[in-house]
Amino acid sequence: MDLSYSKDDIAFRDEVRAYLEEALPTKMSDIVRSGGELTKPIMEEWHAILQRKGWLATIWPKKFGGPGWTPVQRHIFEEECCRAYAPRIVPFGLSMLGPVLQKFGTKEQQDYYLPRILSGEDWWCQGYSEPGAGSDLASLKTRAIHEGDEWVINGQKTWTTLGQHADKIFCLCRTNPDAKQQEGISFILVDMKTPGIEVRPIRLIEGGYEVNEVFFTDVRVPYGNLVGEVDKGWTIAKFLLSHERTGIAGVGFSMQALEEVKALARKVRRNGKPLAQDPLFAARIAKAEIDLEAMKITNMRMLFKAQEQGAPGPETSILKIKGTVIHQEFKDLARRALGPVAAPFPGHVMEGNLMFGPEDTAHNAARYFNNRKTSIFGGSNEIQRNILTKAALEL
Amino acid sequence: MDFNLTEDRRMLSESLNRFLAEQYPVEHRNKIAYALPCHDPSKWEEMAELGVLGALVPEDAGGFGGAGFDISVVFEAMGRVLCPEPVLGAAMAARLLVAAGADCEALIAGAVKYAVAVSEIEAPYDLDGIACSASAKGEGYVLSGRKTAVYGGQAADMFLVAARLDGALAVFEVAADAAQVVGYPMMDGGGAAELLLDETPARLLKAQAAAALEDAVNAGIVALCAEAVGAMDVTLNTTVDYLKTRKQFGVPIAKFQVLQHRAVDMLTEIEQARSITIKAASDLGTAQASRSASMAKNLIGRAARLVAEEAIQMHGGIAMTWEYPTSHFGKRLIMLDAQLGDQDHHLSKVMANYAA
Ligand SMILES: Cc1cc2nc3c(=O)[nH]c(=O)nc-3n(C[C@H](O)[C@H](O)[C@H](O)COP(=O)(O)OP(=O)(O)OC[C@H]3O[C@@H](n4cnc5c(N)ncnc54)[C@H](O)[C@@H]3O)c2cc1C
Repeated sequence: MDLSYSKDDIAFRDEVRAYLEEALPTKMSDIVRSGGELTKPIMEEWHAILQRKGWLATIWPKKFGGPGWTPVQRHIFEEECCRAYAPRIVPFGLSMLGPVLQKFGTKEQQDYYLPRILSGEDWWCQGYSEPGAGSDLASLKTRAIHEGDEWVINGQKTWTTLGQHADKIFCLCRTNPDAKQQEGISFILVDMKTPGIEVRPIRLIEGGYEVNEVFFTDVRVPYGNLVGEVDKGWTIAKFLLSHERTGIAGVGFSMQALEEVKALARKVRRNGKPLAQDPLFAARIAKAEIDLEAMKITNMRMLFKAQEQGAPGPETSILKIKGTVIHQEFKDLARRALGPVAAPFPGHVMEGNLMFGPEDTAHNAARYFNNRKTSIFGGSNEIQRNILTKAALEL
Repeated sequence: MDFNLTEDRRMLSESLNRFLAEQYPVEHRNKIAYALPCHDPSKWEEMAELGVLGALVPEDAGGFGGAGFDISVVFEAMGRVLCPEPVLGAAMAARLLVAAGADCEALIAGAVKYAVAVSEIEAPYDLDGIACSASAKGEGYVLSGRKTAVYGGQAADMFLVAARLDGALAVFEVAADAAQVVGYPMMDGGGAAELLLDETPARLLKAQAAAALEDAVNAGIVALCAEAVGAMDVTLNTTVDYLKTRKQFGVPIAKFQVLQHRAVDMLTEIEQARSITIKAASDLGTAQASRSASMAKNLIGRAARLVAEEAIQMHGGIAMTWEYPTSHFGKRLIMLDAQLGDQDHHLSKVMANYAA
């Protein structure tokens, strides 16, 4: 057994690190570090920078314009991006739809859509969840009816992340209400500018705006926007969810969060001493760090297995459950370290000499609350346990 | 043994719960709670008329309560609607005014809103760490230093400030318009302020006030714990209702035993939280007060986190939204741990007894 990266992987890591140092604008890393808002133009600018280097579509094979990296290389890249406080790559086009089109799309669809994802011309969002269909996604009701050479879509999607910025949405729609639930769903691409689409914002717990409701009233799109076979969308949905899992452990983000918490505990003073010297607080950090150290290895073991066997197994659910909980714990510690200093609603008492926490900490409470989402979306941690119950324990 | 409330307290509890349910529905609460001054003057007046403030003051000082259970009755009701009115300051100030033999009339009438300024940036929880300094000047005193997270400070008329006079803790009155007050709404609603003192004129309320301040903090802890119990109770009820109505996979999600058990764990923790709060309320003003308050605040910190996080998780996405009330209950339950000593601070106080 050898836990170290190969020579090639180390060379790759150094290359990525050097590149990020030179290519990542400080104005971006500053926003990421402080938990401030990443606007659409900033996200687009970062995508464009990566694309110039050919490193945007990290999980795409070379023939579609990706770098053709191994799972370990992708992992290294993600880890280095976190280390450098690079903005997160928006996943909907690049990590979700891209692989779907590469596997299930027609040649025309691939030729048309994939370059537009890379160039940033099309910003995608994910239209899966509905008010009545969350964990039980297969019960979705949004209806698409085939009329002439069009689909006519009626219904509602919700929780659509960054839908307010999107040019297009990929939707799961019910096309055969008489078939068994999973067998009457199709995967359809919709232009957000089509008449009949209305986007309404949902304000989140901490006050931020990143998710939306999307309403469809007699929305007409070409029949050719269907991906794969009619009524076979569930297969695509499942395939996509397995791709949503790459990097699901969020190890890089937790490593970033650990460093933040440690730095904060050294900076914050309680009764004449740094908080890091408070044995109770130090114990909290230490426990979370131990969990993270194990998670790094668990994650690598699964990457190794995926690299050897070609596909990740159901154990990736372990990464989702434990990975989100560890990251949430660090966000709790970052808030807790500040004590009452974390209390102001973001946007207040932060300017100039009234800033009363250490720099970059104004959003710590907000980030803790916002991150409660990670154990809910992408298949909740309860659903992940159900998967493991069946697939790993065969109960 | 008798765990029933006295008749007077039961009546106060009922009338206050009714009033708040009618007058502080969540839409109104959110409108008030997240924008300065985080306080609704007309509701404040009505609450004073209902006797909310008088209940915080003992009879011989002109009120009709002043015991731990009076505080807990008021704050449990406030917790049930997340009422942002600055009553915590009044509860703590009443202890200090009474200890100083000062007049409580304006406090009881709601005519003067008090905030008690204890925390400092480097000493958020521990009275021993207070650095704010007082010195005699002319007829009176001046104070210098910075008080942080003064709850209710954004709406206060009068601050009671803990500061060092010749090395010992003392309490001073500082009028809001004499100092620099920077108010802000908090993450979980309700307001606080930074109080910036720079040779600010002050009136000495009580010298040698360490014990009185400790008592005021203990009273504040009883208030926060009771508020948390009220908020947790509502959070559990809302969660259970949601589990019964939300259907996935063709059944109410309440049918999933894993969720049932987690709701039961919430219930268990809430009962424990209620018990330790009763204990702290009962011991307020006795030699046991600080130890019981620390035990209560630690347990509440742990229980409230569990209840908040589990309630959000078991709702799925919906409790992540601003529109759904549970998100605000979750925020309040999490953030109140950092008020008047977090769970680690109070754990270390309980631990300190073992070596002695
Ligand atoms: C911030 C955020 C962003 C999101 N972004 C998107 C997006 O871009 N696109 C998109 O399509 N969706 C998105 N989602 C939706 C997300 O995938 C759903 O919230 C998630 O699938 C859970 O569904 P639900 O909210 O309806 O909860 P429900 O399914 O109603 O679940 C409620 C609770 O019951 C539990 N539960 C459900 N079934 C079982 C069971 N069988 N056994 C045990 N427990 C169970 C759940 O785990 C949860 O705790 C987002 C959600 C959030 C919060």
